[in-house]
Amino acid sequence: MAKEQLRFTGSGGQGVILGTIIMAEAAYLDGKNVVQSQSYGPEARGGMCKAETIIDDDKITYTKVTLPTLLLSLTQVSFNKYVKNIDKETVIVVDDSINVPARIRDRNEVLSLPIISSAKEVIKNPMAANIISVGAVNEALKLASVKSLEEAVLNHIPKGTEELNTKAMKLGAKLVKIARGEIKENNVAPIELKKEA
Amino acid sequence: MAEKQKRFQLLQGNEACVEGAIAAGMRFYAGYPITPSTEIAERSAVRLPQVGGKFMQMEDEIAGIAAALGASVAGLKAMTATSGPGFSLKQENIGYATIAEIPIVIVDVMRSGPSTGLPTSPSQGDVMQAKWGTHGDHPVIAISPCSVQDTYNQTVRAFNLAERFRTPVILLMDEIVGHMREGCELIPTEELEIHNRNTNMINSMPYALGEGQYVPHMTSFGDGNLYNITGLFHDETGFPTNDNQIAGSENARLMEKIKIYKYSGILEYEEENMEDAEIGIVCYGGTTRAVQEAIRMAREDGYKVGMFRPVTIWPFPEFELVNRAKQLKRLIVVEHNYGQVLLTVQGIIKGDTKVEFIGKVDGTTITPDEIYDKIAEEE
Repeated sequence: MAKEQLRFTGSGGQGVILGTIIMAEAAYLDGKNVVQSQSYGPEARGGMCKAETIIDDDKITYTKVTLPTLLLSLTQVSFNKYVKNIDKETVIVVDDSINVPARIRDRNEVLSLPIISSAKEVIKNPMAANIISVGAVNEALKLASVKSLEEAVLNHIPKGTEELNTKAMKLGAKLVKIARGEIKENNVAPIELKKEA
Repeated sequence: MAEKQKRFQLLQGNEACVEGAIAAGMRFYAGYPITPSTEIAERSAVRLPQVGGKFMQMEDEIAGIAAALGASVAGLKAMTATSGPGFSLKQENIGYATIAEIPIVIVDVMRSGPSTGLPTSPSQGDVMQAKWGTHGDHPVIAISPCSVQDTYNQTVRAFNLAERFRTPVILLMDEIVGHMREGCELIPTEELEIHNRNTNMINSMPYALGEGQYVPHMTSFGDGNLYNITGLFHDETGFPTNDNQIAGSENARLMEKIKIYKYSGILEYEEENMEDAEIGIVCYGGTTRAVQEAIRMAREDGYKVGMFRPVTIWPFPEFELVNRAKQLKRLIVVEHNYGQVLLTVQGIIKGDTKVEFIGKVDGTTITPDEIYDKIAEEE
């Protein structure tokens, strides 16, 4: 695979860093070289947060993303800041509450997904937004096997939330398939929790 | 009880430090958490009880190193970790450990600025403090890892050196390495070379030396031998002395034990692409990664450039760098400070090699592009 440079951005407390850790671990489980890093201010919550994962078959030298192959944004503020550092190849995954200018929509693949609202309404837990994001990013770039991604998700979540988070991960992938027209929206049965328990 | 650790894990540099320490035999940690070193305390708190060790959160950084020194005297391999502001506080006890010859590993995950500075931002501003932070003439061993795996391996080495030479060893990490995650092989203890202190007291005197030896053996407190430990110059019995001859020879021995064994496991450095290089780059710690990328870019464009990385920063691999510099037109020092290793390099490189510098202190990392631009500058 070519070097993938993922940049996740949002607000502190949204689980953006954890999202990149899970993504890195999933790729690592698949035998890839990975580096994950983050930058944030001293605030515990609310500050702007950026986290990155680099995935490559080759040895990774510089540990930071220079030009993202994928930009994920969960807030308008973080999108506005980090959209300046992309090129036409960068895949953009954003929450559908974010306003993406037409010049970006015309040039880049923009996957505008109901990440935050689905976390609240479908998964019934707003904390799941980052896991939905991880599922979406993995589907968008086909980074790690679903098995490894699921293992990585389960390694990093509190006990008792396994089912909820597995659903969230699958929902993320599904949202990308819908956005890309690979499956029809009305084919997606509402994801009900505890159905497979 | 202890879960068997998976051999290959995605770990933070800070977490790899703890795993390396435990593999090396660390059974006691005391400290006061501070960004960007906090994960070292956190993981130690989880892992030490699993291996029969003890974790203590102390009231401040001074108490952290003091408790770790106490544990070391009682026979346990001990560590404390901190960042800049805490490293300043630990200096007094680093000196105490040096003169009393108490093995300990002190981790400083460097962050930006004097005082509390920029807590979450990278820096390499404590390099000279690691050397001169505590007062008086004293030897220093400081090691700077450049990746998560390197952190694991070098932490093991730090413990080995502390035990072999009864001296504090400073693991000089930075925020880049401490906070990033990479794959890490947790090499188990039985596959590592592990050094333990010799606990047989010579002639019933705690600081007596064996024939031809520079390092006294170290009996643990609590094992039945009563003896005195002091920060004053002392004789073989461990009690203070004002004898100038003893003070002089003891201070000299402290210096000599590191100098003489410099080539017996203390010194370590790494070179990449140096064979035909005309431009050399000196770097260490997290900065190494940007340099490696810049060298890859520059080599593609025909620049003969290579890297010289001191793994052991103190004592500095002076002879090795001077030797290598003979073939170089330019030597660029790259570090996240105002020029600390630069001072050392300027002091030793004479002749035609031009010494240049890239430094950064704004809390962001030096990028491969910035280094490339320097390489590509007209001479």
